[in-house]
Amino acid sequence: MEITRQEVEKVAKLARLALTEAETTAFSQQLNQIVGYVQKLKSFSTEGVEPTSTVPGQSNVFRPDQVQASLSTEQALSNAPDAEAQCFRVPKIIQES
Amino acid sequence: MAYEVVIGVEVHAQLRTQSKLFCACGTTFGLTANSQTCPVCLGLPGTLPVINEKAVEMAVRAGLAMNGTIGVRNRFARKNYFYPDLPKGYQISQYEAPICEHGWIEIAAGGSRKRVRIRRAHLEEDAGKNLHEAGSGMSLVDLNRAGTPLLEIVTEPDLSSSEEVVAYLKSLRDLLMYLDVCDGNMEEGSFRCEPNLSLRPAGQTTFGTKVELKNINSFKFVKDAVDYEIKRQTKVLNEGGKIYQETRLWNHERGETAVMRSKEEAHDYRYFPDPDLVPMEISSEWIEQLREGLPELASTKQQRFITEYGVPEYDAGILTSSKALAVYFEACVTLYPQPKTVSNWVMGELLRELNNSGTEADASPVTPERLVELLTLVDQGVISLKVARDIFPDVYASGKAPAQIVQEKGLTQVSDEGALATMIDEVLKKNPAQVGQFKEGKQQVLGFLVGQVMKASGGKANPGKVNELLKKALAG
Amino acid sequence: MSLTLLHKLTLSELQRKFTAGDVTATEIVRAYFLRVAQVEPKVNAYLTQCKDAALAQAERLDQALKGWRKTTPMMAMPLAVKDNICTEGVRTTCASRMLDTFVPPYDATVVAKLRAQSYLLLGKTNLDEFAMGSSTENSAFGASRNPWNIQTVPGGSSGGSAVAVAADECVAALGSDTGGSIRQPAAFCGVVGLKPTYGRVSRYGLVAFASSLDQIGPITKDVTDAALLLGAIAGHDPRDSTSANVPVPDYLKALKRKDLKRLKVGVPAEYFADGLDPEVDQAVRTAIEGLRELGADIREIKLPTTDAAVATYYVIATAEASSNLARYDGVKFGLRAAESKDLLDMYLKTRAEGFGPEVKRRIMLGTYVLSAGYYDAYYGKAQAVRTLIRQEFEAAFQTVDLIVTPVTPTTAFKFGEKAQDPLQMYLSDIYTISANLAGLPAIALPCGFSKAGLPIGFQLIGRPFEEETLLRGAHAYEQATNWRAKRPAIR
Repeated sequence: MEITRQEVEKVAKLARLALTEAETTAFSQQLNQIVGYVQKLKSFSTEGVEPTSTVPGQSNVFRPDQVQASLSTEQALSNAPDAEAQCFRVPKIIQES
Repeated sequence: MAYEVVIGVEVHAQLRTQSKLFCACGTTFGLTANSQTCPVCLGLPGTLPVINEKAVEMAVRAGLAMNGTIGVRNRFARKNYFYPDLPKGYQISQYEAPICEHGWIEIAAGGSRKRVRIRRAHLEEDAGKNLHEAGSGMSLVDLNRAGTPLLEIVTEPDLSSSEEVVAYLKSLRDLLMYLDVCDGNMEEGSFRCEPNLSLRPAGQTTFGTKVELKNINSFKFVKDAVDYEIKRQTKVLNEGGKIYQETRLWNHERGETAVMRSKEEAHDYRYFPDPDLVPMEISSEWIEQLREGLPELASTKQQRFITEYGVPEYDAGILTSSKALAVYFEACVTLYPQPKTVSNWVMGELLRELNNSGTEADASPVTPERLVELLTLVDQGVISLKVARDIFPDVYASGKAPAQIVQEKGLTQVSDEGALATMIDEVLKKNPAQVGQFKEGKQQVLGFLVGQVMKASGGKANPGKVNELLKKALAG
Repeated sequence: MSLTLLHKLTLSELQRKFTAGDVTATEIVRAYFLRVAQVEPKVNAYLTQCKDAALAQAERLDQALKGWRKTTPMMAMPLAVKDNICTEGVRTTCASRMLDTFVPPYDATVVAKLRAQSYLLLGKTNLDEFAMGSSTENSAFGASRNPWNIQTVPGGSSGGSAVAVAADECVAALGSDTGGSIRQPAAFCGVVGLKPTYGRVSRYGLVAFASSLDQIGPITKDVTDAALLLGAIAGHDPRDSTSANVPVPDYLKALKRKDLKRLKVGVPAEYFADGLDPEVDQAVRTAIEGLRELGADIREIKLPTTDAAVATYYVIATAEASSNLARYDGVKFGLRAAESKDLLDMYLKTRAEGFGPEVKRRIMLGTYVLSAGYYDAYYGKAQAVRTLIRQEFEAAFQTVDLIVTPVTPTTAFKFGEKAQDPLQMYLSDIYTISANLAGLPAIALPCGFSKAGLPIGFQLIGRPFEEETLLRGAHAYEQATNWRAKRPAIR
């Protein structure tokens, strides 16, 4: 099944990646090639097979409800591209159209 | 056309843990921005979440109290979307296997009781806060709240009026506060509610288009927003318009809702199991252990108050409306075993003062001991019931012992026969007409004369004694 | 001993010298930075060098140790750390423009463990951006070069670490392995690379590529060193929910036996099929004969689902990566695009500028396989096939103790040779990714050279948490052969 250019554009927006025309073309072709290859999974029967989402054998790993020291505000903001008034600062949030 | 209103509610209740859901930062409200963060809740590269066991226990307790089925095998999933207050670019939530399903709670609405079904309740982490910077048009991000544990509680569309929505939310909030898993503070956002609402022509079985309401942080706003939205949708439909599936924000200053975002460009959240966290197996032993540790809930407590203390159902309902009030009542009754008298005081004088000052019963300046002291002063005849009622606000406001207030104000009841006899003589002299009427057989004049004596005593005379002495004097 | 020869020592040899007081920490640092200055311009193994900090630390150590030589195993050992493992106060870039300036305020657990033993951090090594690649060609800061032939790639993604070890620019290094990223460059560079069992070593502080597959491990000059370094970094970590609460044995003890008697070793036919370079095939088969001569019981086994491994891997790894890399959004750390008209525009531009083509490709693929309507067909299906692969290994390990395979289909390839064809690049991971999908420990070690003089490695795969068996098999083979005697001619 073919991945259309529109789908590539949709996926790029979901992933918040601005693609150039050339990239969109290249990714369309490459994703089709890779996804085409991945179709081979269909030939393996997995009926009734439990999915593996993490290597099994572990469950119920918890932490006690105890507070430990946080970073200082300065440390928290130390890697920020833009900060103001003890906060991270970002361009204005407008609704997507 | 007549429409039927169909409402479901989504609540985000902040669980009252000490530390966040996946890291050891605290959960205090109102600190300096970004002073309650660490590499984990900032989403720094390489950091990993570890589940707070207490949050899981609180969620299970809430699920059990909502009569729900607790999921044995639980997994956390990632909900992927970009927003500045979401540090990792995904929220750790639950998707396929919520911690609780198929619950219900009972509400009192319009004089009858109704069962509201809970579709699911699941654990997730809270986001931070975006603030708008004045002037620049930029936004500021504070991540102190990011990672705080939330229980998201979603009902079936079982509600049909703003009154029912408020009744449901009050019941749910009381329940969570009873369990001590949520502080219920709506202004600080510890208990956030998002009703969703649709209309359909009466009798139609399919649902109309659903609108979600946000930005509601008090019960009053819930009622106002739902009522507004019902009116708005009714008007749109009556005018032949179309309802769009969207999220609308309540603006309490303008008293109306406005579109926030349209669902037509719905997010694709790409949920998948979080590979950084292993499954949670909530065994039946664990569930039973938590069930045994559940406190007596409001409905059970109400029944017990009726049978054990013989108070009317109405009183029992009010007394158990908050855990703190119920504890207060029982503490009083232990010291002063006259439940109905205590109930009258708690529901009357005490609750009035608590409501006026916005205080919970467990923080009342009039402790159960003080209230009992006041009632005992009445029983001992030191003050009249009226004086007791009159001075209650002073006792509440000053926090002083009732006896001290009585003393300071010189309100000790006059039972001394000599002093009363003098007052009675005065009253009889001043009211010869009434004395004449009494002697002619008009018994009801006695009440008037008692009143005059009480007035002359400044309310301090013991009314029983006055009655007795007056009769004697008139007979003489 | 002459400082100019110090860099030739293995970790165990250097430990002995330091403990005996034959060499000071300061001498070690000076010797290594002399070597780095000499060869680094040719191989580009490091992204960040920590000469001043290492010297200061060495001087402190020497001062503290005067007249008192009680040491910890890793004390004063000059190590390199892959630049996707967080080091407090030392920038950690993942070879990405996105994190060019990122300085972590915390140490990865493995780094904290080494720091507690007073190791010396020489620097942070190059990699394919965010560990995505098999050649270091995807590094935003230029590729590393294979010391055996600087026209060829060193492998990846832990290429910088493998180069640093092979070119004697450190005594040992840490790498990370998601689909072969320790073992493949180790094989290309003629050194030893060990990927531990999933959960054996804490992932806390390892910048995530694919969380259910990633694992930190040692890249060393010999098997003894791998045992030493694994022992120093392994163990349960309460900060990593997926780290296993399994005791850490003394891995050196596993090296005591010199033969492989009663050890059953499986040879899966699927790993010797089409696409395997004849020279590699020959070298690995000779290595298998070597194992037999040491007493191993060699058996044919079947792993038919191997054919699905690459497809399974690229669905799962990219899906997880698409989510793991969402945090690079220009808000809290790292790059932010200079000009943007609003938030969405800032996101789109920042991520477009910050990520290289391979990272974008994988984010795109991963986003696609998780998106509405495709989840079951791709991600769900791959998770189920992953179970089949895991079960197949479990069944095989009922009859054998170790599995022996090639590491790579070819020896190190030339720069640019595969860069234009992502699928061909992915397919070259065929022999290494199954161990990640099944969470198994695996080691790559040298077993010969091609006619062109490039190293060839082979791989041993073991049962979960049986790194001892891996090390025993690898060590016995290493002792019986002498491939390490030949060193790259770079100087």
